Amino acid sequence: MAAGIRTKAMYSLRSARWVGSALPCYSRPCASSAVAANPVATQQSRDAGVNEKILHAPLTQPDYFCLSELFTLKDLFEARVHMGHKKGCRHRLMEPYLFGCRLGVDIIDLEQTAEHLQRALNFTAHVAYRGGLVLFVSRQRQSSHLVERTAHDCGEYAHTRYWQGGLLTNAPIQYGAGVRLPDLIVFLSTLNNVFQTHVAVRDAAKMNIPTVGIVDSNCNPSLITYPVPGNDDTPVAMELYCWLFKMAINRAKDKRKQMELLKGI
Amino acid sequence: MGAGLNTCLPASVKGSRVKYLLLQICVSSRVQVNKAARGPEKFSIEYIRKHAEEFEVGKRRLANMMGEDPETFTQQDVDRSIEYLFPSGLFEKKARPVMKHPELIFPKQTAAQWDKDGRPFHFLFYTGTPSFYSIMHDTFGKVLAIEKHQDQMRSKGALPQDSKQISLGGSRWLLKEELEEVLVENISDQDYSRFLQLMDKLLSLPFCALEEEFVQRFRKQLEIQSTKQEIPDVHCDENGRSYSQAQGRRKTATASVTLRDCGSGRVAVNGKDCLLYFPILQDREQIMFPLHFAGMLGRFDVQAHVEGGGRSAQAGALRLAIARALLSFVSTPAEVETIRQAGLLTADPRIKERQKPGQAGARKKYTWKKR
Repeated sequence: MAAGIRTKAMYSLRSARWVGSALPCYSRPCASSAVAANPVATQQSRDAGVNEKILHAPLTQPDYFCLSELFTLKDLFEARVHMGHKKGCRHRLMEPYLFGCRLGVDIIDLEQTAEHLQRALNFTAHVAYRGGLVLFVSRQRQSSHLVERTAHDCGEYAHTRYWQGGLLTNAPIQYGAGVRLPDLIVFLSTLNNVFQTHVAVRDAAKMNIPTVGIVDSNCNPSLITYPVPGNDDTPVAMELYCWLFKMAINRAKDKRKQMELLKGI
Repeated sequence: MGAGLNTCLPASVKGSRVKYLLLQICVSSRVQVNKAARGPEKFSIEYIRKHAEEFEVGKRRLANMMGEDPETFTQQDVDRSIEYLFPSGLFEKKARPVMKHPELIFPKQTAAQWDKDGRPFHFLFYTGTPSFYSIMHDTFGKVLAIEKHQDQMRSKGALPQDSKQISLGGSRWLLKEELEEVLVENISDQDYSRFLQLMDKLLSLPFCALEEEFVQRFRKQLEIQSTKQEIPDVHCDENGRSYSQAQGRRKTATASVTLRDCGSGRVAVNGKDCLLYFPILQDREQIMFPLHFAGMLGRFDVQAHVEGGGRSAQAGALRLAIARALLSFVSTPAEVETIRQAGLLTADPRIKERQKPGQAGARKKYTWKKR
């Protein structure tokens, strides 16, 4: 199911490319109508072509933004990402991601985590490259300030406060008509203050918004598009995740600026 | 009318005519519009600016109409003129005609929240109350910064024993309504209490004086009440004695008092001596109290005129009048403040409560019968 949503998300992001390519088709029938329309039409088609190239370029390579060099397995281990909760708190659906249980504490498989984290960071970078809106959500009070600062530093948005019911599902009425919803929601902790799955997970799935989430051994990874099994309680681990997402987004945005300058020439 | 049409027309035409009429009725029915779902009415910046210009022009015309100088026409003059030109007997003050600057009338609204790509300007936009939560975020950031500074000072061994504290006397925290007005957002009670808790946490740290300016933004200075007190003027009579006059009221009694300096403590009420006018000790104590409190018992001669009310009301009215007249002979504002805090300058607002219909008196009910 996650794969299905992923392809749908990629399709919706790629649809910008199809819009770009549709423009030249429209300009050709109008070419005979007025002489002045011609240079404008060719300029538009040229812009559309350049835009298409810019959007297509990152899709040529699997790790275009070189995000695998940002972290190693050792970094994850030192940040205590492998520490889960006690075996009594274990969620049934997290069992495939666990390496084992030591002295009653669940240990998360870091090889799987590294894979998932690479995929999640790659997706985030691609979304940021295409000018998407990223919303960081976390209901952990000890890391709330850090998450907000991270979001501010990479020019994206954060929500670490009380989640009002109709935020995503009733947005035009709550914020005014013409509001833009986030294109990606990153959960740095999928649980809320009463250890239940955050409402935003379900709402994002309803509104077809892809989600990236750090799932601990007591979380439900079902509705999350790119789950990343890992520890969400230790401050070191939270700092590592915030730094990784910030780097990924900043790299993607810098690359986009670079591409626009280069192709513009 | 329909029935009449049916009877006079031939059968072939009748059916189609009736169908046409029915069609007409369906087409002309109005669609129900839910105006409440649109939310509160929004006024654009253009609209308010246009009305502000109209207000300025209108103010000048009003000044010319009233025959006054348009340059020095204040809002008070505007209110006075409107009250004169449109006299209204309505009890509800808000229902009376008003002419004010549009910014005071139309509720404040937030400007556009996102740019042309749809990306919101504020990074906490999706929380619903970005300004409030950004204050919380900044305050917590300052708390962390101060703690870090404290740790640095402690490691250097330069932690001062008596740290400078922010002076909080003479000011209070902004109320929830005031904060809502400043931020143009709605805040819940829990959010407001969290905000106060965070501020108290900031103030509990030793080096909080570094963020004094930030904290004072959310505090409102309290005015010293005694500065608003009206002190009567001191005059000099033909003998060279200085005197001051003041009025006082209590229930239906009104008193006017002349306090003369260099006296011997004599009190004359309506031409009679106070001992004769007030045979009851309690009334004489009431009159004596302001002078006794200020420590000026034997200094003044009191000449009073009182009418209306009963014995106790007249004594109370005299007490207020004497206290007010005394203020002009009191030297420092601090003494004025002590007199005010003693309650001598507060007019007693209690009056006789009216009788209600269906009852014997204001509170007394008729005998209650079970059946």
